[in-house]
Amino acid sequence: MADAGLAESVLERLEKLDCGVDSQDVASVLSVDHQAIVGAVKSLQSLGELISAEQRSSKHWELTAEGKEIVEQGSHEARVFNAIPTEGLSQTDLMVESIEDTVQDKLVQVQKGLTGKLDEKEKNELKKRKLLSEVTVKSYWLTKGPSFSTTVTKQETDLTAEMIASGTWRDKKFKPYNFEALGVPPECGHLHPLMKVRTQFRQIFLEMGFTEMPTNNFIESSFWNFDSLFQPQQHPARDQHDTFFLSDPAVAKDFPMDYLERVKKVHSEGGYGSQGYKYDWKLEEAQKNLLRTHTTAVSARMLYKLAQQGKFTPVKYFSIDRVFRNETLDATHLAEFHQIEGVVADYGLTLGDLMGVLHQFFTKLGITKLRFKPAYNPYTEPSMEVFSYHEGLKKWVEVGNSGVFRPEMLLPMGIPEGVSVIAWGLSLERPTMIKYGINNIRELVGHKVNLQMVYDSPICRLDS
Amino acid sequence: MPTVSVKRDLLFQALGKKYTDEEFDELCFEFGLELDEITSEKDIISREQGDVRAAGASDVVLYKIDVPANRYDLLCLEGLVRGLQVFKQKIEAPYYRRVGATDGKPQRFIITQETAVLRPHAVAAVLRNITFTQERYDSFIELQEKLHQNICRKRSLVAIGTHDLDTISGPFTYTAKAPDDICFKPLNQKEESTATELMRLYKNDSHLRHYLHIIEDEPHYPIIYDSNGVVLSMPPIINGDHSKISLKTKNVFIECTATDLTKAKIVLDMMVTMFSEYCAKPFTVEEVEVVCPDGSTCLYPDLAYRKELISGDTINQKVGIKESAESLARLLTRMCLKAEVTGKADEIEVEIPPTRSDVIHACDIMEDAAMAYGFNNIARTKPKTYTIANQLPLNKLSELLRLELAAAGFTEALTFALCSQEDIADKLGKKISDSRAVHISNPKTAEFQVARTTLLPGLLKTLAANRKLPLPLKLFEISDVVLKDDTTDVGARNNRRLCAVFYNKIPGFEVIHGLLDRVMQLLDVKPSRDQGYYIQAASDSIFFPGRCAEIISHGKSVGCLGVLHPDVINRFELTMPCSALDLDIEPFL
Repeated sequence: MADAGLAESVLERLEKLDCGVDSQDVASVLSVDHQAIVGAVKSLQSLGELISAEQRSSKHWELTAEGKEIVEQGSHEARVFNAIPTEGLSQTDLMVESIEDTVQDKLVQVQKGLTGKLDEKEKNELKKRKLLSEVTVKSYWLTKGPSFSTTVTKQETDLTAEMIASGTWRDKKFKPYNFEALGVPPECGHLHPLMKVRTQFRQIFLEMGFTEMPTNNFIESSFWNFDSLFQPQQHPARDQHDTFFLSDPAVAKDFPMDYLERVKKVHSEGGYGSQGYKYDWKLEEAQKNLLRTHTTAVSARMLYKLAQQGKFTPVKYFSIDRVFRNETLDATHLAEFHQIEGVVADYGLTLGDLMGVLHQFFTKLGITKLRFKPAYNPYTEPSMEVFSYHEGLKKWVEVGNSGVFRPEMLLPMGIPEGVSVIAWGLSLERPTMIKYGINNIRELVGHKVNLQMVYDSPICRLDS
Repeated sequence: MPTVSVKRDLLFQALGKKYTDEEFDELCFEFGLELDEITSEKDIISREQGDVRAAGASDVVLYKIDVPANRYDLLCLEGLVRGLQVFKQKIEAPYYRRVGATDGKPQRFIITQETAVLRPHAVAAVLRNITFTQERYDSFIELQEKLHQNICRKRSLVAIGTHDLDTISGPFTYTAKAPDDICFKPLNQKEESTATELMRLYKNDSHLRHYLHIIEDEPHYPIIYDSNGVVLSMPPIINGDHSKISLKTKNVFIECTATDLTKAKIVLDMMVTMFSEYCAKPFTVEEVEVVCPDGSTCLYPDLAYRKELISGDTINQKVGIKESAESLARLLTRMCLKAEVTGKADEIEVEIPPTRSDVIHACDIMEDAAMAYGFNNIARTKPKTYTIANQLPLNKLSELLRLELAAAGFTEALTFALCSQEDIADKLGKKISDSRAVHISNPKTAEFQVARTTLLPGLLKTLAANRKLPLPLKLFEISDVVLKDDTTDVGARNNRRLCAVFYNKIPGFEVIHGLLDRVMQLLDVKPSRDQGYYIQAASDSIFFPGRCAEIISHGKSVGCLGVLHPDVINRFELTMPCSALDLDIEPFL
């Protein structure tokens, strides 16, 4: 706070006046620098409505350094005149016996503050000669405020431990807070929005009684990724253009051979009530290692394991993990993304049950209007695309895929006849992009994300 | 999913009804199709080449319809209309018949031994007295193209050739010859060329160049001659110009050569079932006798009908409905699967026509019943399956640690599992041959050469992309890396890692060290030489000499931490000092 004494002097000065006063006049009366008065005014303003101060600006003329020299020593012309000795007067000089130094006179007037005595033309003339300059001064027009008083009670910025201990807070006045300003952001770390959404999906599956599958194996054999799912070896998904194959380690080993033989048979000859695909099934194709194209490869391993345990017990499985596609990249497709998958295996499950489970699942995401479109998938029959009604777009949009695993997939594994396995899947990225209003997937996933987006992203509640 | 483009007005004319776009969209949805786009030739040209080029192009409305990948019978206007008309019960599904030649002597198609190593299979058929119009002709050509792109796997499995039978004379010989010994005038060319010259010519053909690789490196190319030595085609590349079909063609000879006989039969069946509609005797196809190298003969097209028995109860139980066998039979008939109750309990006899090669199991029949019933008319029920949920322990630990790391002031990054060799080797001052990285054989770009062996490069690239943000930057990621491992069936395994970086004007080793101590505290591992963890000086090309330590927990090395080497910082286009922590969290399960 500026000098309290000065502030009080300003108040005293103001008390005597009925109207108001310019802060410059106060400065000249109190013989202090104008800037000190400005400081005092500002500190008085912060104390509430003690005074009112209206900012204004005024212009006045000041002498330049050269101008000041002329006031002291006379104008250059006069100085020349005075320098000529009396003896050396020539004839012409007789014509002027004395001179009047008008430049000096005018500058003296300005120095005295009597600028008004000069007309504009004279002032501009002197300005051109760089003897005068026009200066703009910012000052305040001061008047008494609604709660004017000549005494200053110092306002405290904030409560201190000392005040609480001594009780002095009772007699203090506190500066008002500016509630318009934002607070100081806390120093903290942040979770990635895609991972926040993953946590929510995990939570939903757990609430629904689903057990998490071990999907921590990005590398998979073609056998588990395709063949076990009754996906024929000439299927386009098994093309180099769609799937990342490995050169090292290039092939998988240690297949359960009796199961592999059953898979080979159902592809090439049929069986289990199926015509099969009737082609020459090759072990070399099945051995090829790849980056898994879907987590369903893990579901296949889990169902095979389930079938090996002897007595069948119903299961509900889920997973959310990375899958890889050697696809053309664009604003919504990357070479890797997260697949969400749910699987239920039990005796007598129906297509109606699948739609019922999907209804429950999507209700937890805040999506209640669902409809199902027949679709094709090599390992499910029936296969259904799941559509939800988008209130914003006013149309049905695809939100996932689902189906009942084919007998040609389940029976060779040893899953008992009569057991149906229903499953569905969707990507994690798409709902996240919708949730957080992100149009380009690269702004969400990968190293090119803007961390500010991560810092600023709200918590994720999928149902609100 | 293949997309079929049909003229709207032509479609509605054939369906005998005008639909609004919405109504037709709805019909598609019910039938498992998707009205993907409503456009016109003019729109398409204008979008691809600009308005100027589009001027004068047809503005006839086109429907682009997505068809399920296994429904080859819906890949042309004829098939779509037939399928929808039967579904809407406007017509009955036609019965497709193979008939003998009028003179009793079928065309003969002889396969020689030379084809065995290349494309050993062939099938053929004749469409007799067909009447083409411009639209029918266009559709005929378009269906071949759709089949080539889909079931034929870009001609590698099956290639179709169609010929004006009146310009050639049987018997036909399918053989293989050295490229220089093959000479003919190919479709739409003026000169005769040898096969060698043709392959060179087609290198620059935007369409054909995609098929050259199928035979290019073979010493012999497949070739089909008529009895006068006229070349019908050189499959799977090009037909001869001599036998090309036109609007005036009355008798069409269709041959399919293949590496997969099952698919060849399906493709031929599709071609003839779709277009025999326009023959003088609709839905009849004249047989061709195919003679195999061993002298055995087969008559084609196959046009096999198969019968399956299924109980109504099975369908009801799988779908979750309660329909009578009669009603289910009616539903199936609407899907081109002619069905009748046999009278034995609720048994239904279903006849699968040659057009429905997708029906290979009772579950496919069940699905068709459900589709005809309407998926959205099925009551949605809650299964009674009772199970207790379990989290995967590794994921549970990861989830808990993620929250704690964020609470410790670090921000979560999410980086790619695939990267370039450079990222995990050169940039870290290491040799790729020393790494345990798995290598991808067919990456389209360098970004997908290997699976990451460490999370660090991803975090450093994230820092580089965010250099404009205020310092310090504190990042972490808990995710999987992939390492070669002989003990697993695929020869590799994932490894869950925790990686964190601190990027500031000062290296901040103490910050990253403090984070390690905090993580160990959370994992309830005490600082101790024997029964806990400690760090000891180590050296690694990633870190600045003397500023790197190995983390030992219960006697085993579980990770490292340190101040990054300035070379590493530079190679990742960073400018400030940086310290990092890399920890294997699997030992703490």
